[in-house]
Amino acid sequence: MAANFKDKAAIVGIANTDFSKNSGRSETQLAAECVAAALRDAGLKPSDVDGMTTFTMDTNDEIEVARAVGIGDLSFYSRVPHGGGAGTGLIHQAVMAIASGAAEVVVCYRALNGRSGHRFSSGVSGAITTADALHWGWYTPYGLLTPASWVAMYTQRYMHITGATKDSLFEVAWTTRNHAATNPAAFFYGKTFDRAEYDAQKKIVDPLSLYDCCQESDGGSCVILTTPERARDLKQPGVLVKGVGQAAAANMESMTSFYRPEIAAIPSMDLAAQQAYAQSGLTPDDIDAAIIYDAFSSIVHWQLESWGFCKKGEAHDFIMDGSLRLDGRLPFNTHGGQLSEAYIHGVNGIVEATKLVRGTSVNQPKKTVNHALVTSGVGVPTGGAILGKM
Amino acid sequence: MTPEEKKVFMDKIHAFVGMEMAPPTKGPDDVNKAMIRHWCEVMGDANPVYTDEAFAKASSKGSIIAPPAMLQAWSLEGYPMHSPSKDEALLDNQRKLHKVFDDHGYTGVLGTNCTQEYFRDLKPGDQVIAHTVIDSISEEKATQRGIGHFIETVTRFTDQNGEKVGEMRFRVLKFIPNESNKVESAKDEGKPEVPTRIASPRGHDNAWWWQQVDKGVVPIQRCKNCQTLRHPPRSMCGECQSIEWDFIESKLEGEVFSFVELHYPKFPGYQYPLICAVISLGEGTRIVSNIVGCKPEDVKIGMKVKGKVEQVDEKTMLPQFYPA
Repeated sequence: MAANFKDKAAIVGIANTDFSKNSGRSETQLAAECVAAALRDAGLKPSDVDGMTTFTMDTNDEIEVARAVGIGDLSFYSRVPHGGGAGTGLIHQAVMAIASGAAEVVVCYRALNGRSGHRFSSGVSGAITTADALHWGWYTPYGLLTPASWVAMYTQRYMHITGATKDSLFEVAWTTRNHAATNPAAFFYGKTFDRAEYDAQKKIVDPLSLYDCCQESDGGSCVILTTPERARDLKQPGVLVKGVGQAAAANMESMTSFYRPEIAAIPSMDLAAQQAYAQSGLTPDDIDAAIIYDAFSSIVHWQLESWGFCKKGEAHDFIMDGSLRLDGRLPFNTHGGQLSEAYIHGVNGIVEATKLVRGTSVNQPKKTVNHALVTSGVGVPTGGAILGKM
Repeated sequence: MTPEEKKVFMDKIHAFVGMEMAPPTKGPDDVNKAMIRHWCEVMGDANPVYTDEAFAKASSKGSIIAPPAMLQAWSLEGYPMHSPSKDEALLDNQRKLHKVFDDHGYTGVLGTNCTQEYFRDLKPGDQVIAHTVIDSISEEKATQRGIGHFIETVTRFTDQNGEKVGEMRFRVLKFIPNESNKVESAKDEGKPEVPTRIASPRGHDNAWWWQQVDKGVVPIQRCKNCQTLRHPPRSMCGECQSIEWDFIESKLEGEVFSFVELHYPKFPGYQYPLICAVISLGEGTRIVSNIVGCKPEDVKIGMKVKGKVEQVDEKTMLPQFYPA
């Protein structure tokens, strides 16, 4: 089947930086310069850009270049692997994004100090100072070294602003554990805990303690997608993707977006939710069950707010109402989640969301599940999908 | 090296290709039982055909033979090879070649491959003479140890009758050692280091910031065009796209925007209890740093703090914030 790419996109701006053996500036600056120059060539503003794509080998994170150039919300970003074989791959990515509406203006870039910096001829040896390494350098000297520490920083602020307490963090962790306890595939199958046991666990990074943090697991998860037409002929009832959003909101850092006006929320997930709802025509009321990425208990709160199940700052009350339990408004993480089933980077959650729509979860809620939500990890650029019955 | 210097270097090393490494060399000792026994003990080779006369006599070999892998041992010059002549003219061609590499920064040397072929068994009383030729020098290769060239020598071993008994190909890498390898070897030699905090790598866009901190100043990057302050530093202003910037010195007066107490895991080089905080500075930017000088339980969001640059360990200068 040929892709429907014809006449879907056009190149409207081009630029090079100077070429030399010693640029005298960083790769990130080179990227920013060529992106800004191409925007000028096209007569576009940085804020017009909503998609970016580059090589996996490029050391310049899309979000780093976006912040440098003043590009705002991103709804499409991608990487094309395989070194120089990626060249026209960038065009391929951009056309797909534009044809599908994932993005309207896609910047394709590649910038490197291939002579004065890391030379491919020198092999993979030696220290490479990537933008990513520099980014972590603003935190490592102070001891902010782990995912728990980064998430705890947002959590402390969230609890301060909203009045949320450990009660709702416990409810999240406890609910996933109850679901795992009846899921033979879960690590914590048959093992529930009570509040006393939860409170007795060691502190990891205050306010997070052990049971607020997910497991580390070995394992694999896979989902296979095909066309709805084809799906009808297959063995299992098809589960449609009704909407899927991908998002890195403005002023994003990987895990450490501490410089936004407020950090007690995750704007990237807001953006992902807006997209998925707009694509699907659905509203929060249409979502019957949810698999919410739960690397840490507190990140569930912000996602519930992003997806509109409750108002901003009110996730604590929503959770304390028992909403996430099997008989609640939004049965969640029926497999046990990453806190209690396994940490397979959320792909096990996509498997479970599919089961919920099929009606085959080991902890299937009593009500009919027409639509289930599944989300990606947060703190990093993120996304979410709404699945529905065919 | 400039391209011109590189060419001169390449010509120099390639001139050695095809040369005899040294005149044919015979080791100090003929093949003998004592050296065979020592070698077998060291290598843990218990095959009695090398050491047990009666066993060897009854075997297809008819008498004791030397382990084939000892081939090169019979022609090695022994301990004197560790103190070569100071007179350059007296050096053998292999040493001369290595010196050319050393003089151009390729100071590292690593044996990488050795293959041997054996044409007949050697027995006590045999003599072994090595004839070594510098066979080839590779193009420049990038290796994990560093950039370098492989030098391959071919050694033909003959006996007292001039008959060929074996052959060996030996490859060494002469390379410019990577910085990272140097650090490792320095660590190996010195006393155990006291762990220090994990420093930020210093790249083009942030080294200047850390250099100021080393001098006791906490800078805030400022766009020269529109005067917007930004932290962490970036190469371009997101407001006006200018790449011109300078910086101001922060007064380090601010308040706690959020904070955490680090409990687990504890990392070497950090002092616990440890508080990390996002601090809103009076200048309007934020910075992540530590809160010190008070009990962890006394830290609150909104607390006023005052910072200064301090040496927190043997290697690290950092801004640290105290209750104001």
